[in-house]
Amino acid sequence: MIDFSPQLVQLLSIDGERIPRGDFDSWVEDLDGAALLALYRDMVVVRRIDTEATALQRQGELGLWPPLLGQEAAQIGSARALRSDDFIFPSYRENAVAYCRGVNVTDIVKVWRGNALSGWDPYTVNMATPAIIIGAQTLHATGWALGAQRDDVDSVAITYFGDGATSEGDVNEAMVFAASFQAPVVFFCQNNQWAISEPVGVQAHRNIADRAPGFGIPSLRIDGNDVIAVTAATRMALDRARTGGGPTFIEAVTYRMGPHTTADDPTRYRDPAELAEWKTRDPLLRLHRLLTSLGEITPEVEAATAALADAAAAELRAGCIGMPDPEPLSVFDHVYTTPNATLERQRADYAGYLTSFSAEHDIAEQNGKA
Amino acid sequence: MTMTPLMTPATVSTVPGLNAPQPTPLSETKTLTMGKAINEGLRQAMLDDPKVVLLGEDIGALGGVFRVTSDLLAQFGARRVIDTPLAESAIIGTAVGLAYRGYRPVCEIQFDGFIFPGFDQIVSQVAKFHYRTQGAVRMPITIRVPFGGGIGAAEHHSESPEAYFTHTSGLRVIAVSNAQDAYSLIRQAIASDDPVLYFEPKRRYHVKGEVVPELGLPMEQAVIVRPGTDVTLLAYGALVTTARDAALAADDEGISIEVIDLRSLSPVDYAVVEASVRKTGRLVVTHEAAQSGGLGGEIIATITERCFSFLESAPVRVTGFDVPYPPAKLESHHLPDLDRILDGVDRVMGRR
Repeated sequence: MIDFSPQLVQLLSIDGERIPRGDFDSWVEDLDGAALLALYRDMVVVRRIDTEATALQRQGELGLWPPLLGQEAAQIGSARALRSDDFIFPSYRENAVAYCRGVNVTDIVKVWRGNALSGWDPYTVNMATPAIIIGAQTLHATGWALGAQRDDVDSVAITYFGDGATSEGDVNEAMVFAASFQAPVVFFCQNNQWAISEPVGVQAHRNIADRAPGFGIPSLRIDGNDVIAVTAATRMALDRARTGGGPTFIEAVTYRMGPHTTADDPTRYRDPAELAEWKTRDPLLRLHRLLTSLGEITPEVEAATAALADAAAAELRAGCIGMPDPEPLSVFDHVYTTPNATLERQRADYAGYLTSFSAEHDIAEQNGKA
Repeated sequence: MTMTPLMTPATVSTVPGLNAPQPTPLSETKTLTMGKAINEGLRQAMLDDPKVVLLGEDIGALGGVFRVTSDLLAQFGARRVIDTPLAESAIIGTAVGLAYRGYRPVCEIQFDGFIFPGFDQIVSQVAKFHYRTQGAVRMPITIRVPFGGGIGAAEHHSESPEAYFTHTSGLRVIAVSNAQDAYSLIRQAIASDDPVLYFEPKRRYHVKGEVVPELGLPMEQAVIVRPGTDVTLLAYGALVTTARDAALAADDEGISIEVIDLRSLSPVDYAVVEASVRKTGRLVVTHEAAQSGGLGGEIIATITERCFSFLESAPVRVTGFDVPYPPAKLESHHLPDLDRILDGVDRVMGRR
């Protein structure tokens, strides 16, 4: 079923034409016009959220933002293939995945405004919060999958990471463990061509997908800007994991159309012609073309989709700007599950120090002196 | 010291699907080596809670290079006693994922010096998850580390890396010194919802002691193992025995040493240490780990801040030198021994 020397799988051409492919088509038979339109709507909304977040960073409302511009198909297609009991271990760019999981848009930016180290309770949406150490989360996914295996359930772990992460020891160790124990985990690599300023060629001398079979893990190399191929591949891998077939590695070939984060300047290292070329492969554009040919795009649909996106952006902006700062003494909260004498002492000392600046304290001091 | 059971010893439950004989859990006082005491503690923890799983290199059929996990594979099966590939970061990282799913993993790091490939997962993930997620995700992971020197081993097999972990918020760090604590504290560590680094002094694995099933004092409490009036001597791990011997020797010279087994290195039980120093006015801290940036310096700074006016003399550290762990033929010079500890005692007593 899965070939060990994968060629790029594409089911939707740049021109928006559906490319039949026998071994994959059965996985996406149910993607009718309405289902494709729903995916399109998701992609439009997350692009709008992403653009708004970038704007909020430029306006000083967010400290940093890692844009996903260009990676919408990879994220939406894979996230929408999951069951609610599957568990996601993302990197820090999977904001579209979080959106699909039902994470509130304000909670998505909480981390990037600096208000918290994580924006949501992972157990409420079965998605871990952003992992910033590159590749570390792939081991967590593998461990979670070992747990699912021991619990005799057919839930699957999926972990997202980039091309840069594939050089990290953790990702390679995760593949060794996943293969040895046939853990139900899907390794979803978004090869967006760039790890900050380093092109993928620095990380991988040949296709990243070629590496997994060496670990005993079948891999798929798919057009990551083709939401239909992403859906098919992810469903195939999930099914394999659910039915005891072990891990699968998916290399979704995509492109980071924006900077690594808002702190980055890709004009220093990237040829503008490359960006122009990838713009022609825009994941939204080609799905829009297909939907148009299917007669799904009407002025009403366009207007409704735009309204949905604008509403999400407005909610994000209001939620972001209206977010209250955390209480100073909460800096001490949740280091441990139980009180810790050393930390309690520091908390008490700092509370006393803060109180010494309060107006009441000043008045009391003055009265004392008088 | 009163022995207050924290947890009642569980009755033996039938583990389904396993045909191996079920050894009787510790239900009465037994004389055990420290290694066997840890083994009994692990066994009891696994009987008590099906979510306890063990991960490590060679921990299955071999029972670990120190045999601490002997027979547990036969009793609990390969789903709970997991011989892992040789990758420390993955041992810790997959334990994180198991903890995410409600498991209580116990990781064995084969030797102290092998912990560093797993350091990032410990420091950046295990220690931070609870804080990062505002309490939503707990990391009840125990990381067992055979530590310290004195066994004539090759490089990377004799180290004392505890200060790296006491410097890391979010971790609890304990070091055991005897069979009873080895048993009681491994069970407490596994039951803790916080991640625990559990340091086992490998040169004491074969020392026997009486072990009762009751778990005694909470693991974060220090214990006065020998009362005294002139000098407070802090030790942990293998050096507790050395410190007791030193105290005995000092008696002959009319010096009364109070020996405290810290047990918990993070947090340090300062209440016990402070009370002792207020009484004796003199403090010596000993550890095998290097001096600079070590636990001794931190403890002395804290005690100096809190008990300055009670101190009769400057506190003294008797520690390993600031050198990489030396070759085996030099380790007796590097490791604090009875004479070096007594030399430190002489210094706080103003006798030299």
